[in-house]
Amino acid sequence: MHQLTLAQIARGLSDRQFSAEELAGSLLARIASLDPQLNSFITVTEELALAQARAADARRAAGESGALLGAPIGHKDLFCTQGIRTSCGSKMLDNFAAPYDATVVEKLAAAGTVTLGKLNMDEFAMGSANESSHYGAVKNPWDLTRVPGGSSGGSAAAIAARLLPAATGTDTGGSIRQPAALTNLTGLKPTYGRVSRWGMVAYASSLDQGGPMARTAEDCALLLGAMAGFDPKDSTSVDQPLDDYLAALSQPLAGLRIGLPKEYFGEGLDPKIASAVLAVVEELKKLGATVKDISLPNMQHAIPSYYVIAPAEASSNLSRFDGVRFGYRCENPADLTDLYKRSRAEGFGDEVKRRIMVGTYALSAGYYDAYYIKAQQIRRLVKNDFVAAFAEVDLILGPTTPNLAWKLGEKNADPVSAYLEDIYTITANLAGIPGLSMPAGFIDGLPVGVQLLAPYFQEARLLNVAHQYQQVSDWHLRAPAGF
Amino acid sequence: MQWETVIGLEIHAQLSTRSKIFSGSATTFGAEPNTQASLVDLGMPGTLPVLNENAVRMACMFGLAIDAEIGEKNVFARKNYFYPDLPKGYQTSQMDHPIVGKGFLDITLEDGTVKRIGITRAHLEEDAGKSLHEDFHGMTGIDLNRAGTPLLEIVSEPDIRSAKEAVAYVKAIHALVRYLGICDGNMAEGSLRCDCNVSVRPKGQEAFGTRAEIKNVNSFRFIEKAINHEIQRQIELIEDGGKVIQETRLYDPNKDETRSMRGKEEANDYRYFPCPDLLPVVIEQSFLEQLRGELPELPTQKRERFEREFGLSTYDASVLSASRELADYFEQVNATCGDAKLAANWVMGELSSLLNKEGLDIEQSPVSAEQLGGMILRIKDDTISGKIAKMVFEAMAAGEGSADAIIEQKGLKQVTDAGAIEAMLDEVLAANAEQVEQYRASDEAKRGKMFGFFVGQAMKASKGKANPGQVNQLLKKKLEG
Repeated sequence: MHQLTLAQIARGLSDRQFSAEELAGSLLARIASLDPQLNSFITVTEELALAQARAADARRAAGESGALLGAPIGHKDLFCTQGIRTSCGSKMLDNFAAPYDATVVEKLAAAGTVTLGKLNMDEFAMGSANESSHYGAVKNPWDLTRVPGGSSGGSAAAIAARLLPAATGTDTGGSIRQPAALTNLTGLKPTYGRVSRWGMVAYASSLDQGGPMARTAEDCALLLGAMAGFDPKDSTSVDQPLDDYLAALSQPLAGLRIGLPKEYFGEGLDPKIASAVLAVVEELKKLGATVKDISLPNMQHAIPSYYVIAPAEASSNLSRFDGVRFGYRCENPADLTDLYKRSRAEGFGDEVKRRIMVGTYALSAGYYDAYYIKAQQIRRLVKNDFVAAFAEVDLILGPTTPNLAWKLGEKNADPVSAYLEDIYTITANLAGIPGLSMPAGFIDGLPVGVQLLAPYFQEARLLNVAHQYQQVSDWHLRAPAGF
Repeated sequence: MQWETVIGLEIHAQLSTRSKIFSGSATTFGAEPNTQASLVDLGMPGTLPVLNENAVRMACMFGLAIDAEIGEKNVFARKNYFYPDLPKGYQTSQMDHPIVGKGFLDITLEDGTVKRIGITRAHLEEDAGKSLHEDFHGMTGIDLNRAGTPLLEIVSEPDIRSAKEAVAYVKAIHALVRYLGICDGNMAEGSLRCDCNVSVRPKGQEAFGTRAEIKNVNSFRFIEKAINHEIQRQIELIEDGGKVIQETRLYDPNKDETRSMRGKEEANDYRYFPCPDLLPVVIEQSFLEQLRGELPELPTQKRERFEREFGLSTYDASVLSASRELADYFEQVNATCGDAKLAANWVMGELSSLLNKEGLDIEQSPVSAEQLGGMILRIKDDTISGKIAKMVFEAMAAGEGSADAIIEQKGLKQVTDAGAIEAMLDEVLAANAEQVEQYRASDEAKRGKMFGFFVGQAMKASKGKANPGQVNQLLKKKLEG
């Protein structure tokens, strides 16, 4: 049962091959036996899952249908879940049970999903390896000595190991797409504003976006359809009707114009990854796509720009964790300043502190213009690059990551080398456009991801192209040994 | 040495929206602690702000009323600092792109001259909560009911030159926001608070002296006292060879002194940056035009109309237009009696001192505008004299009914029958025959003083009811004759 995709589960439940309760029970047992190797869950919500599963079965018995009615999923542990610990992978929030549900959680619950648990992540979504979690590193099911990517590493590892068919993730600089690439999944970062951020604990507000992670594009389409939409509680969410993502999947690709940015195939890219990506391009050509070389000249500035803007926003967003109202508070504070200093020093991990300090510095009087304003100007240039490119092509294609999954601990000593892993994904966040990563093959037994980027609100197009490719390839169906 | 004072004010006006600026919580004053604090106000992880449209509307009304440029696109920014009553660790405010830009306000000084005070800007921001230090031994309580209440921070140019001008300016702002209905102006509850930037410089010098900022002064009287105290402190400091340092000071009304709160070097670097959770607010011209059409008559317009229509002095007109309620009262009195000058005199005179004495607002006046107008009518038609009117007024204040009823009941109707007055005068003169002799024997200079004695006797005999004009005239005739 654990090999089933969301779409197959929907059929199985609808045909009464199994009940939602049976399915949830089976996956919970699998989590209990296999997750100790992976550490992908922070909290397993067994009681809630079984209650939701029984409720879904009852709704179905009462005549309701719905593709997600009874579908088991997990949430990255920065989506607030009422009454359930929402830790953000941090000691700071280890004791924090959210008093409300995130809009995404609420919408998926209304669609009838069954929440199996809260998934591990880099602390406050800061990281590309899922090694900065207070709850320990997550292992990649394709090689337990390697990282699954981050920050949605728990979601990625759990889905790849067939503990779950699908999960929510968030993507601020590649945190859905990069772990999807490193674990052989399909993951979509929607257009900024497509999915509500209400209840999604903020890392960098102008870049954060929630999205679906699953094994297939079809499952991502199913999940996105339920997650996305305007939310009056999020002023940055966009009031624009949703496309029918499922219906769009079957569109033929004839006439699709794909752009290959030369900057995505330059120095720093593992040549074997380049070949795997170009092989995907060949398949897409067979499906009717045409290919054009393009340029995104400002991509080289994207990382420095991102590592000013994201930490700047984070330094402010994380100020509320001060030990006063919720979260970690140090023992016996001597006075107010001591309470602040020690609660934050003891509650946050190193990577979070590093980014808070970088961001605080970038916003400081005398540096603001040189860093923050400059970074925003670059951001505009990056966006303009995409606007210009999309005047000529429908889709941009390239590698998701420059390297394969690396060894646990390998980049700990050098945070900048880990930052460089985000080079291909960060631009979509800066520009706000949607991006998708899908399986593109294997090198030495490790998955390779290919990234597709589309103009604003063209998630349907991304899912369509990925789905069409998945009809003629089987990378996405391969499971890691032992899972 | 002659010193000149330079003052600039920052006024925080709490906008009277029903809900908070970024959440749906109520803004009612005085509720149980933390009962009006939602997830957003508590700064819960994952929560997001949604701007209250009405707060924008109110800020725009203020901008229109001070002839300001209104930012077509204004931006919210985060002001970052740690404080226990600041739940998010930042205050959402406006920095580079405030909603209201440069404008001005005319104030009337005591001598009747009108002075124009420049307003640099006014921006929207959220209030913080309150730290409660009493009632918690060795601990601090936090009440977040006020957190997220919308404020309009109104920043003046350093155009103010004395404590009296400062008070006149704050009163003018107070009147304006109340006219507009965007702030209740209740200073005791903190709805209108004032930070005063004060510096002194030798008269004639162009460069400003170093300023000190007095935080959170919350009454007109304290503003005047705090500023005067601060001016004195700075002058004495400089004359003793010291230097004013740039710092934040606190006014202690109990001791009538200001004391240092924090110096410039301790000032926070607030690390302002545009709030990524809120989009820039775009204000359309058509919205402003519609709003302009809905603005009520403003204090300055009203003052000018009172001068023009009723021939009142600038000072009287500005006193009467200082609050909408007072102006409405005055206009109602005038509408009833048809004599603006008498109406103005009574409202600013007897009525004001009555309200002052009783500590009442004009809305709570025990004498209604109709009653007062009705009484003035009786003065005008000579039913009562001005002196009797004061008695009638007191009776009205005591709740004894309308002027006519009181006049009737107490028999205060003025005697204007010349025959009756003459008969009464004859009796008075007969009873004071000796004085009459003396009067007639005296020269002009002495007579003047003695005449007053007869008038007094006559009024006493008539129990104040005889028409004073007629008494004068007839008495003169009888004594001379």
